[in-house]
Amino acid sequence: MPSAVKSRKLARTTRTLAGTDKQLRKCPTGITGLDQITQGGLPWGRPALICGGAGCGKTLMAVEFIVRGATQFDEPGVFISFEETSEELARNVRSLGFDLDDLIRNKKLAMDFICVERGEVEETGEYDLEGLFVRLNYAIDSVKAKRIVLDTIESLFSGLSNTAILRAELRRLFRWLKEKGVTAVITGEKGDGSLTRQGIEEYVSDCVIMLDHRVHDQLSTRRLRVVKYRGSTHGTNEYPFIIDDQGISVLPVTSVGLDHPASTNRISSGIERLDTMLGGKGFFRGSSILVTGTAGSGKTSLAASFAHATCQSGGKCLYFGFVESPAQFIRNMRSIGLDMEPAIRKGLLLFHASRPTLYGLETHLTVMHRQIEQFKPSVVILDPVTNMVNAGLAEDVRSMLMRLMDHLKGKQITTFLTSLTQSGESFEQTEAMISSLIDTWLLVRDIELGGERNRCLYILKSRGMAHSNQIREFVLSRHGIELLNVYLGPAGVLTGSARLTQEAREQAEKSAGKQGVQRRRVEAEATGKALDAQIAALQAQAVAQALAVEQLRTEEQARQVQELADRSAMGRSRSADIAIVAPSSPVITKPLKGGHQ
Amino acid sequence: MKQQNRAGDEPGLGSSAHAYERVVAAYPHGRFVLKLYVSGISPRSQRAIENLQKLCEQHLHGNYDLEIIDIYQRPMAAKREQIIAAPTLIKTMPLPVQRIIGDMSNSTRILTALGIVPSTNGK
Repeated sequence: MPSAVKSRKLARTTRTLAGTDKQLRKCPTGITGLDQITQGGLPWGRPALICGGAGCGKTLMAVEFIVRGATQFDEPGVFISFEETSEELARNVRSLGFDLDDLIRNKKLAMDFICVERGEVEETGEYDLEGLFVRLNYAIDSVKAKRIVLDTIESLFSGLSNTAILRAELRRLFRWLKEKGVTAVITGEKGDGSLTRQGIEEYVSDCVIMLDHRVHDQLSTRRLRVVKYRGSTHGTNEYPFIIDDQGISVLPVTSVGLDHPASTNRISSGIERLDTMLGGKGFFRGSSILVTGTAGSGKTSLAASFAHATCQSGGKCLYFGFVESPAQFIRNMRSIGLDMEPAIRKGLLLFHASRPTLYGLETHLTVMHRQIEQFKPSVVILDPVTNMVNAGLAEDVRSMLMRLMDHLKGKQITTFLTSLTQSGESFEQTEAMISSLIDTWLLVRDIELGGERNRCLYILKSRGMAHSNQIREFVLSRHGIELLNVYLGPAGVLTGSARLTQEAREQAEKSAGKQGVQRRRVEAEATGKALDAQIAALQAQAVAQALAVEQLRTEEQARQVQELADRSAMGRSRSADIAIVAPSSPVITKPLKGGHQ
Repeated sequence: MKQQNRAGDEPGLGSSAHAYERVVAAYPHGRFVLKLYVSGISPRSQRAIENLQKLCEQHLHGNYDLEIIDIYQRPMAAKREQIIAAPTLIKTMPLPVQRIIGDMSNSTRILTALGIVPSTNGK
């Protein structure tokens, strides 16, 4: 048995010293997202099992593990296939951009097809699987492999009937692989009630990853779960993954973290007067904005307006449209004066249109995630999220959106969602039940009044900023969205013609009022003048009265003097001896004060 | 590959039928061509070699060619001949090609599998 025990031990020692001493050494897979979930990759130098049903991507994941190892981490690999020949396999993965032949030529990869056919072999007595060991060893040594894949090892059980020997030999194989210091990936078909058919691989493997391909409501979603990982913590959720032309990408978005940064930077909504309503500055960067409203209330136009403004200020915007094709969107937005084409040409706006029913929710999420990773936008718009309900249950949609928003918030990407309110539903409820995740919630609605429907907008909530409580009418004009002045009538806010009427009436009232004031002033002035005249007349009367009084008094004195004189004269004439008493009061008095002599 | 394998029966002997015909023609009719693949000199290997040699001498009387191959020495051969278990005996002549694994302790089974003794109960 050729072995490299000594060199392996040496290698392990140096590696332990080089790596963090307490943590389990890990072997990065290079598969997008998987290394995040497993916190670094598969256990280094140990076997890991990838299990799942038919067609769930086991072989592909194993191939990617080998290819990424060879190309990205300079770790040559061995691919032992029990089901497909090397040629078949190379052809199958070429569509994913993996050139196995090239890797083989460059001594980065060795492949061996182990053919096991039932009924071909007669068993006479004891045997072991040393032939397999020799071939693995040969392949490993030929490229100095650090990674090995055995796909699918349980095929041995179909060719050899002595399961007792096989089980014992497989255990020995896993031990041997550990001693060899290669990181092994074993794939296994899912069995009834157990992870694998033989129920042996999951016990000897240090890490078990289960793949799943589920179809719900005719929509398929691929999922991945780390079932066990000896000596390491790992994400325990089911994570959706997709297989596309770049291989596998797992979406490690979780809802555990609520530690995203909160920016105080503001970003314009694209509508000046809406910004004014939002504390004068617009939305918070990195916040989540929801626009709900009934059909045709202008949700998409608001979204487009925001996208347009973002691109104009040099930001990148990723627009996920679920109802309109890009061409339709561009045409429609042009009708309200928003030309999205220059932004698309400049690469600032990316319009990604897909039907929600194209694939399952999780796949949507993964695709979005990938798009976001690649495009690196500052704003992401989803229009409308309610259509997502077509692709899954409301609860799933909520969970998906929550994870998406957490991810976006973590990256300080502003999220703008639109949500369609079905007629008859409560306005202040979203179909996707995401209202609690929303920072700024704008509600657009049609107000029917006076035989018209008019669009209105108000801010239901906006966390962390002073915002207007008004219901505002807005119009979609050829110059974009405009918010109009507020007119309130007895029945609430007035819109459309009623608003115009009210506007005219107010104007009339205003001028009427102005005239009234003038008239009253003139009247008051007149009254004042009249009073002045009266005052003057009365004063004149008073003077006249005083003169009269003086006259009377003068006359009275004169009469008294006359009477005295008369009496003296009479006494003299009678020769009376009665002394004449002079009156006590002076005969002549000073003239009356204020009186006229 | 599985189809190819059935058509050619033995990938190690070359894929073309022509080459195969030549190999067949080179051997005298009825002569047994046996290859025993063992893993080093383990007790099980030795047991298999002894058992097989004894059996051949008893039943084939020199009408055979037995080659013993150590897969440790020749891992390429193990790969080429699709050896998984050890010991493995491959009878390439006469046809059909037959594979027998184990330490060759069950002589009746071997004789039946090699076609020396006609099979009585299916196997």
